[in-house]
Amino acid sequence: MESVASRDPFQRFLDEHRAPVLAFLRAMVGPVDADDCFQETFMAALRNYESLDAANPRAWVMTIARNKAIDHHRARARRAIPKADVPEVAAPAPAERDPELWAAVGELPDKQRTAVALRFAADLRYREVAAAMDTSEEAARRNVHEGLRKLRETVLREERAA
Amino acid sequence: MSPRDEIERLLSVPERSVDADAADAARRFAERAASQGAAEISYATVDTPVGIASVAATSRGVLSVGLPSEAVDDFLDSLAERVSPSIVEAPVTLDVARRELDEYFSGRRQTFDLPLDWSLVPGGFYRRVLNATSKLPFGITMTYGEIAAQAGNARAHRAAGTALGSNPLPIVVPCHRIIRSGGDPGNYGGGPELKKWLLRLEGSLDD
Repeated sequence: MESVASRDPFQRFLDEHRAPVLAFLRAMVGPVDADDCFQETFMAALRNYESLDAANPRAWVMTIARNKAIDHHRARARRAIPKADVPEVAAPAPAERDPELWAAVGELPDKQRTAVALRFAADLRYREVAAAMDTSEEAARRNVHEGLRKLRETVLREERAA
Repeated sequence: MSPRDEIERLLSVPERSVDADAADAARRFAERAASQGAAEISYATVDTPVGIASVAATSRGVLSVGLPSEAVDDFLDSLAERVSPSIVEAPVTLDVARRELDEYFSGRRQTFDLPLDWSLVPGGFYRRVLNATSKLPFGITMTYGEIAAQAGNARAHRAAGTALGSNPLPIVVPCHRIIRSGGDPGNYGGGPELKKWLLRLEGSLDD
């Protein structure tokens, strides 16, 4: 599964990574905008396919997806007038999961949100999270754990409030 | 279960619709990449009475046809190796080629009206042999020696056989219409049985 050679037909690469890429993007930008980001991610991957990191294709495509999600947030922020009407992160809430929890993920700082989305929505291992975010594996774990700590606080606070 | 474990468990719940939605998004992506020319090669499969055939095209035209004897994955690997890995599955973009092949295999079409991309065919004698073969009508056969003569070298019947054996565009360039001088159909890239099946389809072989 991990050994996609650089000469593999692109369609095979697309089929192998389409589901985790979409899951990650939904967690990052919400279900509606995730489709645009998905299209842009694979178009960029196709155009740069020759430079695929064959040792870690999933981290390679997730790096592209992450950049598209960031671009998306920036474009959204530019369009937002007044800014207060547009949430920083679109409600990332695939209904059958826990929408409130994923909304709380959307409120996390960028690195933690990205790390949590890569780890859980895209189901990447820490080594791959690290490669996708261009950090050490230790930093990837720290980002995920720090994100989880904040989520736990949020959940406990809401439970107390309820 | 600690709250932290519970949160990890909740985060790990896979999204039910993501696989189907991702398949749909990938289909739309592939068609767009093909129709916009972002992908160099588009391909599709065709269900025929003798198995699943494949067809691949560039912006110039049909580049290669894969007979049912060749697995689709092998067909794609070969194109990735010989031409480019920039390959997507785009059945809508290849609608005309798929329809013409489907009509041929079900006996409703005798000629193909498709632009061809000859870039997988070497030049010189090979190209002349396949070019001559492409003009051979439905239901007509020729011997290896005769096609060699058409290509400008009557004695090169073996080389003609080699050229036909390397035909990247079987069916569309009908190399199955070239048979041995004794009437035996002879070799075929898709197997001798398929060659007989095709010749029977065209009424060129009894039994």
